[in-house]
Amino acid sequence: MLGYLARRMLATIPVMAIVALFVFSLLYIAPGDPAAIIAGDQATPADVERIRAGLGLDRPFLIRFGEWVWHVLNGDLGVSIFTNLPVTRMIQQRLEPTMSLMVLTLILSIAIAVPMGVLAAWNQGTWIDRVIMVLAVFGFSVPVFVVGYILAYVFALELDWFPVQGYTPLARGFGPWLNNLVLPSVALGGVYIALIARITRATMLEVLGQDYVRTAKAKGVGSRTILFLHALKNAAVPIVTVIGIGVALLIGGAVVTESVFAIPGLGRLVVDAILRRDYPVIQGVVLLFSFVYVLVNLGVDLLYTVFDPRIRY
Amino acid sequence: MSATTLPDAPVATASAPHVTPASAMPDVLPQVAPRGRVLTFIRRHPTIFAGGLLLSLVVFVAVAAPLLGTADPTALAPAKRTREPSALYWFGTDMLGRDIYSRVLYGARVSLIVGFAVALLASVIGMVIGLVSGFVRWADSVIMRVMDGLMSIPPILLAIALMALTRGSVGNVVTAITIAEIPRVSRLVRGVVLSLREQPYVEAAVASGTRVPMIIWRHIVPNTLAPITVQATYICASAMITEAILSFIGAGTPPIIPSWGNIMAEGRALWQVKPYIVFFPAVFLSLTVLAVNLLGDGLRDALDPRMAKRL
Repeated sequence: MLGYLARRMLATIPVMAIVALFVFSLLYIAPGDPAAIIAGDQATPADVERIRAGLGLDRPFLIRFGEWVWHVLNGDLGVSIFTNLPVTRMIQQRLEPTMSLMVLTLILSIAIAVPMGVLAAWNQGTWIDRVIMVLAVFGFSVPVFVVGYILAYVFALELDWFPVQGYTPLARGFGPWLNNLVLPSVALGGVYIALIARITRATMLEVLGQDYVRTAKAKGVGSRTILFLHALKNAAVPIVTVIGIGVALLIGGAVVTESVFAIPGLGRLVVDAILRRDYPVIQGVVLLFSFVYVLVNLGVDLLYTVFDPRIRY
Repeated sequence: MSATTLPDAPVATASAPHVTPASAMPDVLPQVAPRGRVLTFIRRHPTIFAGGLLLSLVVFVAVAAPLLGTADPTALAPAKRTREPSALYWFGTDMLGRDIYSRVLYGARVSLIVGFAVALLASVIGMVIGLVSGFVRWADSVIMRVMDGLMSIPPILLAIALMALTRGSVGNVVTAITIAEIPRVSRLVRGVVLSLREQPYVEAAVASGTRVPMIIWRHIVPNTLAPITVQATYICASAMITEAILSFIGAGTPPIIPSWGNIMAEGRALWQVKPYIVFFPAVFLSLTVLAVNLLGDGLRDALDPRMAKRL
């Protein structure tokens, strides 16, 4: 097990290396002169040269890449072109709202989607199943910002149950923090809930057809025990896998959700950076999010052994 | 090669003499009327029908936009800013006085072009990469590590990073989203190729000396088309959403082009007082994506019943 852990963690290194190489080499493979594009249309030739030197585009690729990787490994993601602040510090300032939003959405989505999928599988072919599956298709189809605006309009503007926009740090109390995050989390969770509900239903259907479920039923085990103790545990591996893969949707969606609800998180940071063409910031955030994504999926891999003791490494 | 045609030959000659009496038999079964066939299709595949119908409507609206009572979608009319929806301005006007009905209808073009172009390009390129990966052993590990790396970057962020370094244009948006979608298609094709390679008919073709390009063309490619078609519809749906998101956050199509994401981005500042500016493009985008998703689900059920049970 420990050996596997070490091997699995080592295997993430080449993946991260490729991510880093890709994010870095974009500056070089982009069509046109990236320094000129970043500088904008009103820039003087001196500005363009300053940016070119700042990004190191005037030096050979491999040397620049080596330096950059070395700095990243030492926790230095470079300096923002626009604010001249270290990118790491800018990210630290924006970390809490994004982490809060994503963790809350994750918990909320799993809490809603898994029972939905189980319910649909248990009632396969009935109207309950159909309603849940139709909801899932809608969840896939209505983009996150559309859901966000609808929720904000109904529950914030019309009903006044939640604040329309903004973020309250956790340090100022759990209540206000949660109050501000409910609508964004539900909006962000839409696609994710649809995804998890679908895979839960599908794997549950497969598991419910197994012999041991029939045996349990024949023994007179209650349906709730069968569903949640026997079946769901055996269906857990694919569900957990999809939950891990779906984190990519959460990350992409967070960028938009933060714009809709004016949450000062990493997503807003990226959006502002795009408008200013502040590439070091974009680079840093993309790298960080990819790292988180890889870590989450590493965690998922390790969870397999918990849900299925037959899997040994 | 004659080896592949051999098994068919005796069957064909043996059955030939029996053909004539069969044709003399009376027509017991009534001819199926074409209308009945259409109804049967709708009953069997309601999602394909619903999705196809809805998507055809959107395509019609996009193509026939100039004929549907629209005005110039970019014409400014500062005197008529932010008019509520009315008989004159069906969807109202935005803060520059442009007619939102016209903008939304023309915006369908951008979404459809991006969706279809990305689906087509990502499928073709992903298919080539997947085939190479499934057949060339030494390339496989290299390609798959690169794909693993690309897949670790959430697609929207990857597209954002690409768009940050290029000037906004529909072509660049298509390229960026395509690059973000390729890894998933290549993985899918590679998986299908690896399982097909173990099939008896492929082994038989190998044993009878069929060349690899011929095996790929005759035996592998046709069998990857069904899963790729299904995947392509989902890519189309997600590309439309990604385009709207990119435009919405200012990294997509240039603001001059009326795309649904751009219209929503412009309406963002005013959404609390003039929600209709955001509402109409949002509804059209959601319905279009819904249509493509329904089509995809229907195709999946129709083309691969085993997969339908699983997902």
